[in-house]
Amino acid sequence: MENLKKELKEKIIEALNLEDLTPEDIKDDELLFGEGLELDSIDALELIIILDKDYGIKLDDPKKGKKIFESIETMANYINENRSK
Amino acid sequence: MNTKKCFINGMGCISAQPTFENSFLENPQIPTNVVDFEVVKPNYKEFISASALRRMKSGIKNAVVASSLAIKDAAIHPEKIEAIITGTAFGGRQYSDEFLKRLVDYDEEYLSPTPFIQSTHNTVGGQIALNLNNHAYNVTYVNSAAAFSSALLDALLYINTAQKSNILVGGVDELSKKSIERYRLVDHYKLEKDKNFDILKTSSTGCFPGEGAGFFMLSKNQQENSYAELVDVQMKNDLKVEDLNQFVSSFLSYNELSIKDVDVLLLGNNGDENFDYYYEKIENIFTTSENIYYKHLFGDFPTSSAIAFWIAAKILKDQHIPEVLYKTAEKSQQKTYKNILLYNQYRGKDHSLILLKNV
Repeated sequence: MENLKKELKEKIIEALNLEDLTPEDIKDDELLFGEGLELDSIDALELIIILDKDYGIKLDDPKKGKKIFESIETMANYINENRSK
Repeated sequence: MNTKKCFINGMGCISAQPTFENSFLENPQIPTNVVDFEVVKPNYKEFISASALRRMKSGIKNAVVASSLAIKDAAIHPEKIEAIITGTAFGGRQYSDEFLKRLVDYDEEYLSPTPFIQSTHNTVGGQIALNLNNHAYNVTYVNSAAAFSSALLDALLYINTAQKSNILVGGVDELSKKSIERYRLVDHYKLEKDKNFDILKTSSTGCFPGEGAGFFMLSKNQQENSYAELVDVQMKNDLKVEDLNQFVSSFLSYNELSIKDVDVLLLGNNGDENFDYYYEKIENIFTTSENIYYKHLFGDFPTSSAIAFWIAAKILKDQHIPEVLYKTAEKSQQKTYKNILLYNQYRGKDHSLILLKNV
């Protein structure tokens, strides 16, 4: 699980071009949207692509996204339970 | 002849030379070992928020910074800008390449939104407007080497016909490794072996690619610090070399000038042996002017006329031509530089004449 969280942080930094951040700068329970990393709706689309491309998870219900993308912790839990890759 | 006047009141230029530092080629970086002319990067973070910056490639960043510099130079409040007119032939070329690569790599799935949004040509003008919170007329011209001159022409017409006062106009293009490889395959860009090549001693095809952004605040009102007056712009997409004389003569005649009234001729020589003969031809027409060039310092890109425009305006304001721009060692003792004519073409197409006058 720890490896998955680290991997997720690296993927997010690369996909969202957060060049000033390292994986160590992002706390597992830090909010990704609103406060914390202050990501926006375009970033949400990038995260959906990461889930699909790298973990084989298609997010068919957008309402679930709010909970899944709350933090690295919630994302990693969801991926762990639903991944096909 | 245009009855209304159009003044250049502010300028910002990001290029392969440190043009954003308010110097005028005092310490030119004369490249001897490069194939591509990348820009000297300003500190983008001084001009653009970190959240916006992470979605920008070099073209948009350079355009936003150059436009900010021009606005600051003209000392105008962004709310008073009545039009933003951009010329860019390639648009977001780096993001276009990224988008196409993903399209192929992932079999048309998993397409990331950012490269798509930021690769469109009018993103540049859009990002400038967003940065300024400006909702005025916002248009982008994308017609290859005529993109910047088309933007200038639109600005002139807007000032002449729409009674507008303050127009931000500029040209921008960016380098992209993938695109460069493709252009090299068709001999549009020079090869590694040509890198120490003097572009005036033409013996190979293509040009050295460059990138940059030049933005200008134009106004019908002259200010104390105005650089020059933009008198006229004219373009011809297709022009035979034997018709060049007529093209130039009728342009000057329309503006009530003769060949001898042109003090400086700023030429777009890029070292392409297949097409530089157009510049030889025009030099034969202008025998009394100072003939200078610039692409040996900046590389070539479709909107490089914006760099030439910046150079011409600086010459008229400073009444000085940096030595590095002269084509020959012989320099005439010019008393006053009053009229500068810019002539550019790319691969025998998109011929443009831009006339500037001192103020």
